[in-house]
Formats: sequence, C-alpha cells, structure tokens
Amino acid sequence: MRSFFHRQGKFQPVSADDERADQQIPDDLWVKCPDCKELLYSKELRRNARVCPRCDHHFRLRARERVFLLADDGSFIEWDTELRPEDPLDFVDGGGPYTDKLRRTRTKSGETEALVTGRATVGGHPVGLAVCDFDFLGASMGSVFGEKLARAAERCTKGGMPLLTVSASGGARMHEGIFSLMQMAKTVAALARLGRAGVPHLALLTDPCYGGVTASYATVADVVLAEPKALIGFAGPRVIEQITKQKLPEGFQTAEFLLEHGMVDLIVTRPALRATLCSLLGHYAGARAHRDLAPSDRDGADDRGAPSSDPDLGHLVAAAAGVAAGYGANGSVAEPLPVPTVAVGWAADGPGR
Amino acid sequence: MSSSRADVTTASPTPSRPTGPISAWDRVKLARNPARPHTLDYLAELARDFVELHGDRSFGDDPALVGGLAQVGGRTVLVLGHQKGTNTKENIARNFGMVRPEGYRKAERLLRHAGKFGLPVVTFIDTPGAEPGIGSEERGQGTAIAESLLTMADLGVPIVAAVVGEGGSGGALAIGVADRILMLENAVYAVASPEACAAILWKDATKAPEAAETMRITAAELARFGIVDEVIPEPVPAHERPRETILAVGAAITAHLDALDARYPPADPATPDRLRADRYAKFRRIGTWRESVRRERGLPVELAAI
Repeated sequence: MRSFFHRQGKFQPVSADDERADQQIPDDLWVKCPDCKELLYSKELRRNARVCPRCDHHFRLRARERVFLLADDGSFIEWDTELRPEDPLDFVDGGGPYTDKLRRTRTKSGETEALVTGRATVGGHPVGLAVCDFDFLGASMGSVFGEKLARAAERCTKGGMPLLTVSASGGARMHEGIFSLMQMAKTVAALARLGRAGVPHLALLTDPCYGGVTASYATVADVVLAEPKALIGFAGPRVIEQITKQKLPEGFQTAEFLLEHGMVDLIVTRPALRATLCSLLGHYAGARAHRDLAPSDRDGADDRGAPSSDPDLGHLVAAAAGVAAGYGANGSVAEPLPVPTVAVGWAADGPGR
Repeated sequence: MSSSRADVTTASPTPSRPTGPISAWDRVKLARNPARPHTLDYLAELARDFVELHGDRSFGDDPALVGGLAQVGGRTVLVLGHQKGTNTKENIARNFGMVRPEGYRKAERLLRHAGKFGLPVVTFIDTPGAEPGIGSEERGQGTAIAESLLTMADLGVPIVAAVVGEGGSGGALAIGVADRILMLENAVYAVASPEACAAILWKDATKAPEAAETMRITAAELARFGIVDEVIPEPVPAHERPRETILAVGAAITAHLDALDARYPPADPATPDRLRADRYAKFRRIGTWRESVRRERGLPVELAAI
C-alpha cells in the first residue's frame, strides 16, 4: 500500500512549493484496496479522503494530506520550516552514512523532516497542529522532530491554543541515537507545561504508531483518538512473536484492541474526524470561557513564537495575529463558527497547499 | 546481600575484562555482566532503613522494578531501580530486568508519592529495555512509560539518576528524566540495543558490534554530548570490585543530592517551580539541528496567499 504513495525512483525531486503534494500523487489510475481487494479508481479514492468506499479501509495519509483534511481552508500556517536535521553521531549503517540517507529521503518524500507543524483553525477553533509524515524515514523521531514538537507545544502554551498531534511513526530515530531517545523526555516535558497551563492536547493515533512515539508525547494526551484498524503498540508484532514464541491474538495492537483494553478514548473514522474534533474543541473552549481568565494573561501576540532573529517570520506574526486571537484573546471565546460540512472529499485539484 | 558481593580478586571465570582499548561492544558486554551490582546491591550497601513499596494499585507488582523509601546520604529519599537477577532463577523471577506496564505504573505512583512528601528521588537505571510481550501491550506499555516520563518532568523534588548497567531505550528513560544524570564508566545508554539496531538497519543482528560503535552509547561519549552530567570511573570493572563501585556511585549520588539541596532549598516555596523549570531547560536543549534564515524577502511562498 505504501508503494501507492511513493514508488521508489518513480518521482522527480520535488521542491517545497505549492505543487508539492500534487506531484506526489502517482499517475496510477487504479489502486487495489489491501483489505477488500477491490480495484479503486485513484481519483475517487482521493475524493473519499483515501478511505475505501467499499470496506472503509483507511489508507495512510501523508502529513500534508492530513493537514488539508483537518484544517479549515486556507487557515494553515506552517511553523519552523527551516529546521534541518544534523548528524551528531557521524552515523553509518549497512546502507551508508545517515547524511546520504537524509538526502535521498528528502528527495523522495518532498519533506525536510518527519513532522509538519503549524497553526490552523478547525471549525473556527484555532489549534496547533503537529502531523507525522510516515514517508520520511518512517516518521521516526529525531532532534528536529522533537524540537518542532516542543516549539509547537510552547506556542500553544503561551497562546492558550489547543494542540492536536497526529502520529504515525516507527518510533525514535536510530540514526540520531541518544539524541532521539531524549526527544521522548523533551516532548513530554513540553506537554507537561502545556497541561499545567490548562491547555488541552488532543492526539490522533494512525497507522502505524510504535516505539518511542507511542511511549512518549502521543499517548499522554487529554484525549486519545485512533483511526479504525490502525496498528498501535510499543513493541513491533514481529519482535513480540520472536521473543515470546507465542501466536499473537487476532486483532492484536489494532485500534479496536486498544479501545477494548482501555488505552484510547475513541475510534474515529476519517469522515467523522473533523466533527468529533469540533465538538471536543468546543467543549474546551466553552470551559475556558467559563473559567473567565484574566484578559491580561494572553494578548494573543506571542502564540506564533517565531524565532525573533528572523525578521521575515516576525512579519508573519503580525499578519497572523488577528486570526490567532480567536481562542480566548479577550477573556472570551470567539464566536464559534458553525461546524462545517464534514470534509470527506478532496478538492478537485488535490491537497495542494 | 552485600556479603555475597564481597570483592573478589581472583580471575573471573568469564573473559570479561578486555585487553587493549575497550570498544563500545566490550562495554556492552561489561554492562550486561550478570555479576555486576544491581539496584538491590546498591541499596544494601548505601541505604539505611530501606522499606520496599510494592504494586501499582491497579494490576500487580513488577519485580523487575523495585522502589521504596530509604535513607541515602543522610536524608530520606525515594529510590527506584530496575532489578536484574544474578543467576537464571533470579533472572526469571525478575524478568531479566525488563519492566512491564505495572512496573512503570508503580514507579509513577511512587514518584507522585515523593512529590507529595517532598522527598528527593534517586533512580538506578539497568535494563535491556521495557518488556515486549502480549500482556505488556494489552496493559499499555507505551502509555505506562509515557506517563512515567510526564510525572518525572513535572515533579517538584530533585531527581538524581544513575545509569549503572544497561540503559536500554525508553524502558530506561522512563525513570531517567532527572536533574542530574550520572553514569558508570562501563555502563551504556542507547536508543535501542545494538542487536535491535543492527537487525533494523543492517538487516543482520550479528553486526551489533558495529552498531554499538556508531550509536555512541558509552559514558564518555554521552558526557561529551552533554547528556550525562558525571561519569563515575570504574578503574576495575564493577563486577570485579562491586563494593568499590557501589561506594563510588554512592559518593557521587550523595554529592549531587547535597548540591541540589543547596541550589534548591527544600524550605523555599519557589523550589518546586524552579526545579521544574530547570529540568525542562535541561532536556529542552538536547538535540542537534540547523536552522537557516529565509533568504527571500517578504512572505514565504505558502503563506503569501493568506
């Protein structure tokens, strides 16, 4: 199924521009659903938010496809686009140096790292978004991933803006060794401060979600949502099978398995996701308005938190301030917009941003 | 327990002391030596009045992670540590130091206990990693570790962690979000075991020695990265002179507890918030990246339309 999104060697190097997401969509006309084996017209699949119209199988989404699906039209403003990974260990594995691998991955995926962060509105509610891109080294968490997420959490803390994380990851990134491991502590510590500020963190776990991501920021959310049949766990199924020599039970580590064992709050299908998020965000916004916080606590000026050394981004902060002030800027909550029609289809031109 | 650990000067039956320069893989083998002192050995020597507290109050007790109250360096502290066995029977009982979710939930409960009573926390890290298993997954291994991390990050009392053997991945870090991180010279601390890393990236677990090298898992390297605050020397590998090693670790822990007490006076009402802020700053700065400034003037392309 992954080959559908990204066939090795098939794509030209893409630059980070508006057309990026569009160029990644392969020209295959037909896609076979891995679940029901139905042949699906790829354009129709895209219009259906990559959910199989016959069996409701949820295909994996790229980060920008997810943002397109979640955010209100035109509301997404990306954060920290200039962060690039380093190779602190001079790491070399069987396939060569890490730096080469990064270069190849960047070219193939069109992304510069495995996490896309930014602010957006969802049904009119401002949120911070942090979305994994599984096509970038299995969305493994390294330094840049951790730093972007920590910065996103800090902006949300300052701005009193809920944080929505969407995870699909193989775990911590081996190539950055101990630095990757420590991102688990760093991201969770940033979320501890978010929690202390009384700002909600909503998490969506999608297929697949494993290791250091499941064991850190992704599961310490106030509400943990999961997509149907997503595989979520700490150790991979093959590792468990090898070590325990036991046959894994049917449906092991699926979202449904986690729900049954009390590990997630709710399984949400892709078409129902925005409506569910709008309801949740509405509840927290309402509760916050009720608490009637002092208006001086947040003037809505610092929630973008762009690096002050960068005048151009500083410019942006001012430009976006009006939009951002919605969540409790003056001690009350912005008039909630009507919950939009649930977005189930792509725009005709695909998720181009 | 300490009597069984009397220093032995006779040659060890296993060729555990490498000759020549010690490679990362040699250190892995030293860190895993079953005769190396484990948490309860440290407590037997260093702690007075240790009272072990069991159970997660929800599912069970995990013998792979021990915790309780004890006097260390003249003050009552909460101690937590992974517990491996010294022989097969003990190891089966202790699950080779691989903690299950109830172990991390016990740790989390005891951490909150420490916060409630203003007790400093001392942890001993020595695990191959959190247990991979069907039951562990059913009971939310990932969530249990994550919640322990969260509680440690948010705790208003000083925390000293000592990596004394194997620092195996998230299962080690779960009790490692500390204000001071100490590490024995022959201990290792890594994002994954070298075998797992080799199996994933080389598709060949026998490449573990190479993986160990490139992963930079030794105390000296982690100190160079600024992740470990103090390396405790092992002039002789710990399993050969356990008592000497235990006392050296004890002295380092006491010194750091004293320093933390001086810096964060327990009577000062601002101490919990200062500890939280400084611990956050400590972990916040970990990571390496480049950040270029945008070259073009004006708004970035993707934002210009808004």
